[in-house]
Amino acid sequence: MNSALNAIDCDVHPNVPDMKALLPHLEEYWRATVEERGINSLETVAYPPGAPLTARPQWRGKNGRAATAVPELTTQVCDRWHADVAILNCLYGVNLLFSEDMAAAFTRGLNDWVAREWLDRDPRLRASIVLPTQNTEYAVDEIERCAKDRRFVQVLVLAMQEVPLGRRQFWPIYAAAERHGLPLGIHAGSTFRHSTTSLGWPSYFIEDYAAQTQAFQSQVASLVCEGVFAKFPGLKVVLLESGVTWLPGFLWRFSKFWRGVRSEVPWVDRSPAEIVRDHVRLTIQPFDAPADPDQVERAIDHLRSDAILLYASDFPHWQFDGDQRMPAGIPAGLHRKILVDNALATYDRLKSL
Amino acid sequence: MNIEVRQPERTAKARVGIFDCDIHPKSALEDLRPYLSNRWWDYLQTYGQRQRHGYVKGFPYPKSQPLASRRDSWPPGGGLPASDLNFMREQHLDLYGIEWGIMNPLSPTGQGEQNDELSAAMAFAANEDQLERWNRREPRLKASVVIPYENAELSVQEIRKRAGDRRFAHVLFLSRTSELLGKRRYWPIFEAAVEAGLPIGVHVFGSSGRPMSNTGWPSFYIEEITEHSASLAASVTSLIVEGVFERYPELKFVLIEAGFAWIPALGWRLDQNWKRMKDEVPHLRRAPSEYLREHFWVSTQPMEEPEEPDHVIDVMSWIGWDKILFASDYPHWDFDDPFLALPPSLSEERRNKIYSGNAKGLYRFD
Repeated sequence: MNSALNAIDCDVHPNVPDMKALLPHLEEYWRATVEERGINSLETVAYPPGAPLTARPQWRGKNGRAATAVPELTTQVCDRWHADVAILNCLYGVNLLFSEDMAAAFTRGLNDWVAREWLDRDPRLRASIVLPTQNTEYAVDEIERCAKDRRFVQVLVLAMQEVPLGRRQFWPIYAAAERHGLPLGIHAGSTFRHSTTSLGWPSYFIEDYAAQTQAFQSQVASLVCEGVFAKFPGLKVVLLESGVTWLPGFLWRFSKFWRGVRSEVPWVDRSPAEIVRDHVRLTIQPFDAPADPDQVERAIDHLRSDAILLYASDFPHWQFDGDQRMPAGIPAGLHRKILVDNALATYDRLKSL
Repeated sequence: MNIEVRQPERTAKARVGIFDCDIHPKSALEDLRPYLSNRWWDYLQTYGQRQRHGYVKGFPYPKSQPLASRRDSWPPGGGLPASDLNFMREQHLDLYGIEWGIMNPLSPTGQGEQNDELSAAMAFAANEDQLERWNRREPRLKASVVIPYENAELSVQEIRKRAGDRRFAHVLFLSRTSELLGKRRYWPIFEAAVEAGLPIGVHVFGSSGRPMSNTGWPSFYIEEITEHSASLAASVTSLIVEGVFERYPELKFVLIEAGFAWIPALGWRLDQNWKRMKDEVPHLRRAPSEYLREHFWVSTQPMEEPEEPDHVIDVMSWIGWDKILFASDYPHWDFDDPFLALPPSLSEERRNKIYSGNAKGLYRFD
């Protein structure tokens, strides 16, 4: 592993300042559509622009938005927090669109915006290929189109989809991702095909955000149960902004039931906990840590893996105060792995660093 | 695959009277006949139940075995698992020295039925049936107040009918309600439960009419059962965040068959976001984890089994040794054997609290 590296930040968020910024990257028909139909914004309520979580106050610009240009992000993430590399996960709401054609067009525009306005401007930046999951064929096309650019290191989908991600309809995406050495990044967020909880729409944003972990649990269960990792043994999955401490309890329940009813999914030929430790990684912000550092250390022990956590600041989301991006209680012996080694082992396209 | 296992033998552990918070007596629709009006009996014969899923009989996700029951729980004299009191005594109540057991009937009870009035009629009948066919013959078995929870007004009526009757242990919800439990439409039910001095038991399953996860319908039964804890976590969150416990400080919830290892992490996550966004929920006067710690009890089954047994001890201590209640889930396939389910390293004191002490503190029986 490369000892010269300080940190790889696996989850930072460039913000599309407004629809005008995307226009130069859209095809002519879609540029005209934006004007004619008055499509002003695809921001989503998964991160209400004014909500404290969405951006730390001192990082917000005059319009209230943060991370709308390269220097705002790199000053904090790379200069202050010493990330040699940061992976951009753009959460602009192209995944919510219902028209498959419009979704594909806006996603192409978004990925091109990331390449031209961000990757071209700072060699420390890498990015995820946002996928139009509305249509698998289009999603595969987008992987093939963008994967030629080695600065794209991962494919990106949202945690709440129309159907769980293990479903066979998505498998061509995983074949393409595996072929190109691109992990599947699943980020907190929703396509808003269903209520944000499986029991309906909550009253408060705090509840929406808490429910993200429930979607991550469902996605992990789906990917394992449908046999995605049996079919694509080289595929890695990175859970981004998923929280961490929910994982052990979930795996205990899931693995116990697997022992009881595994005849339903015979291709799952070993414990889900083992499969997850081999294929799934999680970023450390938010960690959802207990206040007591001793409990944090126990919670880390419950993960039973020193390879599973990846450093991320989640900039500009306000997950922690000051520079406390590594939760107190994570054993010092794990820091180097979390900061650098685990990401290098996860992202094929970072191995040359 | 099912294998025959030897019946556990009585051991010294049986000397602790066990309080089993989750037993599923089985009644047939015919057993409810005496308590149903002709109108609803005829309706059920003609149209049957419509329970927010598509099948006339059976379940959207076929169970792993018939009626999700242990193969050995079918009574030798015929009938469905847990339908024969004498066999239940032999196989469960007497064998394990069950001092008290709470009946949580799952069907036919009308819970989640699309028609509120039918739901209320069936709930009343299920409650009468618990008293007449079960509790009257076997007073160790305590009843649940089955309510038509999708209609608060009719639910309150049923709770008031049962208030003061010490044969009832708690008010029963299934977890897959049509909306989050903290929503105002359910508050009159909470108020009636507090008035009656009854905790509320929330047992997993039921049919919400919504996909099992917030990312859509999963394919498999193993996903359905795994996701019940996440589904219930959303309702627990809702109860806390909506301020239900500020309004009803005496309200107590028992979470049944949802596992418990997810509870501490849920509290940590809610606290983290509450600290950041207190301004959204000014009606909360304390950290979410404090409401969680004070107002919720958990039952053990299906007992989490980590690869390293000590890990579950950590989680139990984080939840609180005074908040964990033993449950067997008899007669279902994932039944936890009272003699074998708890981690062997638990001290006698903690074991006794879980087996009975905590339940005796929570429930009020004569």
